Amino acid sequence: MALQITESCVNCWACVDVCPNEAIYEDKPHFLIDDSKCTECLGDHAVAQCAAICPIEMAIVDELGAFLNPPGSLTGIPMEKLKQFGLWKEAA
Amino acid sequence: MELPVISNNAPAAEGGGCSSSGCGTAPDALGHLPDHIRAKVQDHPCYSEEAHHYFARMHVAVAPACNIQCNYCNRKYDCSNESRPGVVSELLTPKQAINKVLAVAAAIPQMTVLGIAGPGDPLANPARTFETFEQLSARAPDIKLCVSTNGLTLPQYVDEIAKHNIDHVTITINCVDPEVGAKIYPWIFWENKRIFGIEGARILIEQQQKGLQMLTDRGILVKVNSVLIPGVNDEHLKEVSKIVKAKGAFLHNVMPLIAEPEHGTYYGIMEQPEPTPEMLQDLQDACAGDMAMMRHCRQCRADAVGLLGEDRGDEFTMDKIDVMDVDYEAAMVRRKEVHDSIIEQLEAKRGSSAPKVEEVGIPADSRPVLMAVAGKNGVVAEHFGHAREFLIYEASPAGVRFIGHRKTELYCGGMDACGDGDIVDEGATESLLERNIRILEGCEVVLCSKIGYEPWGKLEAAGIAPNGEHAMEPIEDAVLAVYKEIAATGKLSPAVDNKKVA
Repeated sequence: MALQITESCVNCWACVDVCPNEAIYEDKPHFLIDDSKCTECLGDHAVAQCAAICPIEMAIVDELGAFLNPPGSLTGIPMEKLKQFGLWKEAA
Repeated sequence: MELPVISNNAPAAEGGGCSSSGCGTAPDALGHLPDHIRAKVQDHPCYSEEAHHYFARMHVAVAPACNIQCNYCNRKYDCSNESRPGVVSELLTPKQAINKVLAVAAAIPQMTVLGIAGPGDPLANPARTFETFEQLSARAPDIKLCVSTNGLTLPQYVDEIAKHNIDHVTITINCVDPEVGAKIYPWIFWENKRIFGIEGARILIEQQQKGLQMLTDRGILVKVNSVLIPGVNDEHLKEVSKIVKAKGAFLHNVMPLIAEPEHGTYYGIMEQPEPTPEMLQDLQDACAGDMAMMRHCRQCRADAVGLLGEDRGDEFTMDKIDVMDVDYEAAMVRRKEVHDSIIEQLEAKRGSSAPKVEEVGIPADSRPVLMAVAGKNGVVAEHFGHAREFLIYEASPAGVRFIGHRKTELYCGGMDACGDGDIVDEGATESLLERNIRILEGCEVVLCSKIGYEPWGKLEAAGIAPNGEHAMEPIEDAVLAVYKEIAATGKLSPAVDNKKVA
């Protein structure tokens, strides 16, 4: 049971500092989650902290590949604009 | 006899009488401050307009994380081409940052200030931010430390800020009303949750105001930055200015929104208009009755190096710093000499007596004229085509005042060009010239050291009179001389219909 970081990540470090398990580490081309350490914050917080602070839609997925922050959920940019600017992706 | 150079307050507000150098303003924008505070800001380029001609600053990019989302930011900070807040070429660890500061402070002895300004929120990166400050105050105690923040976690770090002797804090406050805030901040991260909309904005505003009060109660200088977003917070910023002044902030810096679609920000993609230079000036003038306004901000990068408007970051990339041989002790001695000599020079200038307005002989009902100057270090120094920015001055019967600057460069080459270093196509002189003429809208004269035949004609056609006759003269003297020449032609009389000079 662990979350994962996708290629949408912009390496902003926000998640690193809020992870209660120190499960997130710097890597190229983007940060990664150590799945042996990630608990999805169960027992520590009501919501996964990395996903709660991540500013980038589609950058964090669960084991099934579902986005914790789907397109449009954070910025309010409408779907057609996201598509127009190449910022839209189907779920993995 | 010459007109006095007045402060950058609006004409209706009380102006000072002190003659300045450089951009022709502002020791007096800070004139209401007690001496001990003036002493703190006289060598700080971001707090004193006068100082920004002489003293340099740098930002180190140790703080990438952020705890809120602003609609003018998309958090993709990694860009070497753009000159705007929130972008950097390389992130630094605290250790790298310290090496960089020591190397830059040795190479640029005018450096007085080290700031941490992002690219995220410094107080959302407390370990990296405060480690950098701690080490630097030990190794370069003469360098002033500053931090800028969105304010969300400010109250919990005020003691830490005071402990590290951080004397200057900038808080970005765009609103004091949560309903306005919800249009600027879609969410914040607070107490382990993401909080959207009005509730998020309410918490952010509450924390900003609390933090501001806590800082000023401790005697720490606070500058407030606000982003002017037309139709969202333009009128509202007048109220913001009043409130932050009442809480003890001593300088308000209203900056224009940058919202290009290529940046991929919410406002950019949603085509939120940027303010025109006139809108910015009107708002700054409206707020100036309530508090000191900063008008020389260049909206610099979170890794800027050098004098404001003259970024030298490329000379100090980490690979270059790693091989530099720096004598830290000698550098500190040299800095002290340079700083003392600049301060001495400035004090000598302040001592010189200002001439009286009534001795100038320009009719009191003459209308004001805006002039653009291709200037550097306080003189008319640049070729029209080489100017990266124009300094805008207003001449009126009350004197000459600095209004602001307008950049000639594109902020960004767009998504495709990003990373290629290809900001402006070298061959595209036509579009660049047209752009330059467009940004000079509202100005009647452009002063420069030299100008080519083609731009001369196009400027005249656009109703802007080019003037290359005051090369290397102090800017305010040149602006005044031209204003007198225009007055002598009778074109400033309110009765004259054709108002344009050219």
